[in-house]
Amino acid sequence: MEEFVLMKGNEAIAEAAIRAGTDGYFGYPITPQSEVIEYLAAAKPHERTGMVLLQAESEVAAINMLYGGAGAGKKVMTSSSSPGISLMQEGISYMAGSELPCLLVNVVRGGPGLGTIQPSQSDYFQSTKGGGHGDYRLITLAPASVQEMADFVSLGYDLAFKYRNPAMILSDGAIGQMMEKVKFKPQQPRSKKSPDWATTGKTPDRERNIITSLDLDPARQERFNEKLQAKYKKICEKEVRYEKIQCDDAEYLFVAYGTSSRICQKSMQMAREEGIKVGLFRPITLWPFPYNEIRMMSGQLKGILSVEMSAGQMVEDVKLAVEGKVKVKHYGRMGGIIPTPDEIVENLKQNIIGG
Amino acid sequence: MADDTISTKELIKEENLVYKKSKILTDNEFHYCPGCGHSTTHRIIAEVIEEMGIQSKTIGIAPVGCSVFMYNYMDIDMQEAAHGRAPALATAIKRLLPEKVVFTYQGDGDLAAIGTAETIHACNRGENITMIFINNGIYGMTGGQMAPTTLVGMKTSTTPYGREVSLMGNPIKMTDLIVNLPGTYFVSRQSVHTPGNVRKTKKAIRKAFEYQALNKGTCFVEVVSNCPSGWKMTPVESNKWMAENMLPFYPLGDMKVPEK
Amino acid sequence: MAKIKGAIVVDIERCKGCGLCAESCPSEVISLSNNVNVKGYHYSYMANPDACTGCSNCAIICPDGVITVYRKKIS
Repeated sequence: MEEFVLMKGNEAIAEAAIRAGTDGYFGYPITPQSEVIEYLAAAKPHERTGMVLLQAESEVAAINMLYGGAGAGKKVMTSSSSPGISLMQEGISYMAGSELPCLLVNVVRGGPGLGTIQPSQSDYFQSTKGGGHGDYRLITLAPASVQEMADFVSLGYDLAFKYRNPAMILSDGAIGQMMEKVKFKPQQPRSKKSPDWATTGKTPDRERNIITSLDLDPARQERFNEKLQAKYKKICEKEVRYEKIQCDDAEYLFVAYGTSSRICQKSMQMAREEGIKVGLFRPITLWPFPYNEIRMMSGQLKGILSVEMSAGQMVEDVKLAVEGKVKVKHYGRMGGIIPTPDEIVENLKQNIIGG
Repeated sequence: MADDTISTKELIKEENLVYKKSKILTDNEFHYCPGCGHSTTHRIIAEVIEEMGIQSKTIGIAPVGCSVFMYNYMDIDMQEAAHGRAPALATAIKRLLPEKVVFTYQGDGDLAAIGTAETIHACNRGENITMIFINNGIYGMTGGQMAPTTLVGMKTSTTPYGREVSLMGNPIKMTDLIVNLPGTYFVSRQSVHTPGNVRKTKKAIRKAFEYQALNKGTCFVEVVSNCPSGWKMTPVESNKWMAENMLPFYPLGDMKVPEK
Repeated sequence: MAKIKGAIVVDIERCKGCGLCAESCPSEVISLSNNVNVKGYHYSYMANPDACTGCSNCAIICPDGVITVYRKKIS
């Protein structure tokens, strides 16, 4: 089935999960991403690859099922949306603290609180600045198409296992619900080998394996934290991903990811028709954030507009990147409203060019 | 007449050995308070794993509570669960590694307070795991606060004048709740305050491990236990107090056994 | 009737002096020593070794598993 098919973003995540050799999916229904578990239930993954599928009693239970499965060395994932992801934060911190790989998918909806079910990008801080406790980081990938929803499943797993750390696909309700053509990679067999640190039963040939994030000795816990920080530093050096569109001659810049980056492409075209040279910088990894790449552009820029469907969260990282050398402002709608291309162009003119 | 006396020194020889600590227990000393039922129950589990010869395929889940360091004492693969979540970890591990033996070990706060949903739903799904539940009616590790199983009138650091039903509700009989779930296969409530009870507890835990291979549902053993420090009694007094106060409310015995 | 003789070995330094063994011994063999171990616990010992039948009650109730039991039938 390697040719294009038409599919929702959420369904693409589910199909890609089976093909990536997922061992277990543990989730809980929540709009706007219930199609992931529904698609999986219909696809009978157990018959296709032996993959375990379970609807848990809560997101709290689901993330802890991930913890157990990951601790046993298996490829496990879950998907949820904003309020559900909030419930998972303790578990995510535990997995970072136990150096456990897993894949998380957040199809973001408007918040805070019960919020709305329409798309939003107001969970940027939660995933990139750590929604749980302690100094930990979450590899965060931002898809902008149904194709990327599919591709980032295997990418997320690879990064998670490479660094033994949870990885998050930060999508939103629009990308989750819209249908686009998508092509899937061939089926990757589920791995038979488990990592040597996994709890698979202490055989005589090795010491027992313990999965824990507990250490009451502060000196040892600091050394462990230093080890985590070194890991995160390496991820920042090696795993930054982004896309630059029409940036070479750009005097102004949109920085946007996911749905907002799609809209900005139209805004960019409209602005250029009015003679405004604006480019688009699309971060693909929200953590590690492309600070250097944006900083390197600051010399040619008169202003940057960070376009996010939120009150402005990534804008802070953009400011950090340019260190005050360039004017940076945010534009975005909240509550689940998607901005229109001309709104963005208008704001660019008033706030950045005119301001 | 044959010499019928033998010196103690001569007795102490390998061939006369009748009991010694299980080799599944590591060399680490238990950090538990003197006389604590956690230690006894750890010993029983280690002996069962040794006698069944399943060290290489057993995976245990430790809770948050006094037994948070259980993995320092058992020479088997173990995971540390967040408070209350052990049944969720065990659910995933068993489903992903169905041929392994998976057990959870939890205190009353872990299993019957914050982890109530995980307990009920693991049992309701009939997960083929063994759940060990230590009920000492108090939060030991955090310094003696009330637990969901604290008896009415029982003094703890958060019920200094005794637990009042009007304020804090009644002690919860978790085992009596899950025994009614069709997903549970073997349910027993035991204690470790006398040698006879320790032997019964070991028999129950042994069954709970053996039945797991039948894939017929969740095996659940509650161990009513003392907490000398939390109850502010000597170990001997605490066992006496437990027998007189806890056991009438949490009666011992097998509560669900597979039909023959 | 064959006489059965028992004996126990207590890991004195690991004993926490909880006294449950003494409480459970049917033959009143065990008491807590007046001396203390490295952690300051009065450890248990065979105060009345001849009465020991090696029934293992003490080892079975001992939370910390510090008691090893030996037994021999003497014809």
